[in-house]
Amino acid sequence: MTVFLIRRLMQSVVVLFVMSLIVFVGVYAIGNPIDILISPEADQMERERAIRALGLDLPLWEQYAVFLQRAVLGDLGRSFAFSTPALQLIVERMPATLELAIAAMGISIAIGIPLGMWAGFRPESVAGRAIMAGSILGFSLPTFWVGLMLIMVFAVHLGWLPSTGRGETVEVFGIRLSILTRDGIAHMILPAFNLALFKMALVIRLTRAGMRENLLMDYVKFARAKGLSTGRVIFVHVMKNIMIPVVTILGLELGSVIAFAVVTETIFAWPGMGKLIIDSINQLDRPVIVAYLLVTVSMFIIINLVVDILYSVLDPRVRLKEMKS
Amino acid sequence: MTGSATLVVENLQTHFHTRAGVLKAVDGVSFAVDKGRILGLVGESGSGKSVTGFSLLGLVDPPGRIAGGRILFKGEDLATASEERLRALRGDRIAMIFQDPMMTLNPVLRIDTQMIEALQAHRKMDHRTAFARARDALGQVGIPSPEERLRSYPHQFSGGMRQRVAIAIALLNEPDLIIADEPTTALDVTIQGQILFEAQKLCREVGTALIWITHDLSVVAGLADDICVMYAGRVVESGPVDEVLETPLHPYTRGLIGSVPSRNRRGRPLAQIPGMAPSPLNLPRGCSFRTRCPRADAACLEPPPMVELVPGRFARCVHPHLETVAA
Amino acid sequence: MTVTTPDRVAAEPVEATAAVVSPLRRFWIEFRENRVAVAGLAGCLLVVALALLAPLIAPQNPYDLTQLDIMDGRLEPGSKSMDGMTFWLGTDDQGRDMLSGILYGIRISLAVGVASGVLAMLFGASMGLLAAYFGGRVDTLIMRVVDLQLSFPAILLALILVAVLGQGIDKIIIALVAVQWAYYARTIRGTALVERRKEYIEAAQCLALGHRRVVFRHLLPNCLPPLIVVGTVQVAHAIALEATLSFLGIGLPITEPSLGLLIANGFEYMLSGKYWISFFPGVALLLTIVSINLVGDQLRDVLNPRLRK
Repeated sequence: MTVFLIRRLMQSVVVLFVMSLIVFVGVYAIGNPIDILISPEADQMERERAIRALGLDLPLWEQYAVFLQRAVLGDLGRSFAFSTPALQLIVERMPATLELAIAAMGISIAIGIPLGMWAGFRPESVAGRAIMAGSILGFSLPTFWVGLMLIMVFAVHLGWLPSTGRGETVEVFGIRLSILTRDGIAHMILPAFNLALFKMALVIRLTRAGMRENLLMDYVKFARAKGLSTGRVIFVHVMKNIMIPVVTILGLELGSVIAFAVVTETIFAWPGMGKLIIDSINQLDRPVIVAYLLVTVSMFIIINLVVDILYSVLDPRVRLKEMKS
Repeated sequence: MTGSATLVVENLQTHFHTRAGVLKAVDGVSFAVDKGRILGLVGESGSGKSVTGFSLLGLVDPPGRIAGGRILFKGEDLATASEERLRALRGDRIAMIFQDPMMTLNPVLRIDTQMIEALQAHRKMDHRTAFARARDALGQVGIPSPEERLRSYPHQFSGGMRQRVAIAIALLNEPDLIIADEPTTALDVTIQGQILFEAQKLCREVGTALIWITHDLSVVAGLADDICVMYAGRVVESGPVDEVLETPLHPYTRGLIGSVPSRNRRGRPLAQIPGMAPSPLNLPRGCSFRTRCPRADAACLEPPPMVELVPGRFARCVHPHLETVAA
Repeated sequence: MTVTTPDRVAAEPVEATAAVVSPLRRFWIEFRENRVAVAGLAGCLLVVALALLAPLIAPQNPYDLTQLDIMDGRLEPGSKSMDGMTFWLGTDDQGRDMLSGILYGIRISLAVGVASGVLAMLFGASMGLLAAYFGGRVDTLIMRVVDLQLSFPAILLALILVAVLGQGIDKIIIALVAVQWAYYARTIRGTALVERRKEYIEAAQCLALGHRRVVFRHLLPNCLPPLIVVGTVQVAHAIALEATLSFLGIGLPITEPSLGLLIANGFEYMLSGKYWISFFPGVALLLTIVSINLVGDQLRDVLNPRLRK
């Protein structure tokens, strides 16, 4: 297990290194780094001082070494728009995005798995077909448009839920959370549901496919032949087998939910990382862009690592193989 | 055999309603088996022997369903029993062992979970008692250090060991009837021998009735007391196993025995049944073996009845091989 | 992203007719078995026709400012303009007829989607073929890049590229190609590896035909079916992704108003209940994407040799 962990960690470092190189080449080398890193409002003296301070007169590989060195120390430059360290900005916004992403994941699991199980258990029934048709629609609906429609129906027409912002938050260990207040939850329902929709369609399809596949397996028939109730067969035997691929894929999808939060946060004015990056792209606030990309990529790598470990914990067959190797 | 036997099956019909038509997988099968006795149910793949086994437990998957006949288990008709009643009997009074031991155990649950749930599904039992019972059952089927093995996952066992686990699960509740669906087909010959020996021993000692479904005549020869030969959804011949194998009455049984390589003399070409098993959707009129039978004539166009040709021996044929018995 | 096809009973083989009809006709016979897919195909054809004919059928040229009257701004669907023209789908803030705007929007969205789809296919398929044909280090290098890229969601990569490249129709197409080529490369490499082991490739190599001839004349045609399926789905993805980026204001410039931009324009009026400025372009987008996806699903079933008897 330790060997496996170390090997995976080393792979992760390599991926992060490659990504930092790409981001560096992209932002620092392709564009004009002086335009990118120095505020356009700066005067000539400031510019020259900054060029020397940032080492832009050095050869490219040396610049990269400096960039890397600073990045490792957590220094990814200062935001032009906010005049605060870019990394700090990102980290401040991160809880809001994570809270939204986790809520969306929770919704897509809580709704998607039961629906998918039913659609797999009774594929020919009217409900089963309706669920599948819904999931095809869920795949095709553009997230941002659904968000608008949600606002139109629930916020404008019915007036049930607020359309923008985070609402009232509570601070827990220095992290502001919406989920703990009624107002916060009301603000979170629409964006979280919006973000959840696409994943829900995915969960339904995965669960349904797993259900259908597993129901045909001999072990199900054998479990029934033991006299187990249908409930036990479905919720213990089949469920445990379905959950392994579903959890794995969902775990990997958490990263994509965080990335997709960009769209939802923009629509619902949710003050998270996603909204920050869009604002930064529009304002050409490049240090924040670089910081966002590196932070997101690191999160991705961590998520993939955690999912791999989780997968090996869940599936006894993998666990054994990995331990041997 | 009488109506008081553990299991009496009368004219069982199991049909599959497919888009292409009604598939009569089991079409009027009758047999009986009593406690401490072993019945061999023999036939080629597609003859309906496995579906017969699943029908007894009400485990036929849709679109299949029992269309007629009676399954009298200790006097109670299972063909019309409620799903709840069937569930209560399954694994408790009637147990089943499946063909492929690599597939029957749930790969992600530990052996103890899978055994204890089989006990607790039928009677209130605390975990410790159930664990002890499971351990004893594993020991009974010859698994070394059972206590340790209980905490393993199925993939940590070999095929033969897994089938022993499956047999142990079947034995847990001391059932009155065990249905074994080709349980040794996927195993090595030596392992097969051990398992056959133990199955026979357990059956005799505990007094369980056993139905052994197989396509392998040599297995039946060494194991069973009685034999039913199935062809295209029907029983074509039945009787005591030694007599049937020695002097088969039905041309199909005769052909089947002739096809066993060890029974042929070296140097002579292997005997074989010409043609292929007919599609169950498109059976020949009358006797379904007619098209492959060397003795077939116009009389075979009428469906032959099951007739007791020799005391205790039945065959569904108008031209049985009676000459061998008479001699 | 894995999109599983809805399970469907495999098409009944139509042996009797299939023996005499041409492959194209048999393809059509199998395709039309699924009525929903035929509806999808009809939807696709409709969308393409609307896009091509937009300048002819649109009630006005929405980008000819002389035809617009700010007094007609934000009219409800069905209202009439000052000079008696009916705005069936209402107007936007500048008095532009939404129907005309949508027809032109489809034109732009579809053009960008198809252009990036075709370019991504050309590039991705070439890389996939190279990887499969030469194997070894070339293969390892290309597939490492593909794997790395596919482990990140498309939207994140698109964000990176847009941030790096800046805006503009060419930049967006480059970004979409860069995001999507990996899907084609992976698909074609898989198929080509199977095909490569077959004897006809060996035969071609024995005839000492050049690499290029073997790859493009022999290998490629046999890898086409899966490529077509992936292509269909990816065009739908490209259209959705472009719409998303444009909606976020980091996609196409306002001089190229695709459906995504139209929807973004209506966003601010939505809160005051003027739904139509965002709603109808969204319906057009949805119709386009659903139609393409339905066709893609059915193509997958019909072209999949494993489901074929």
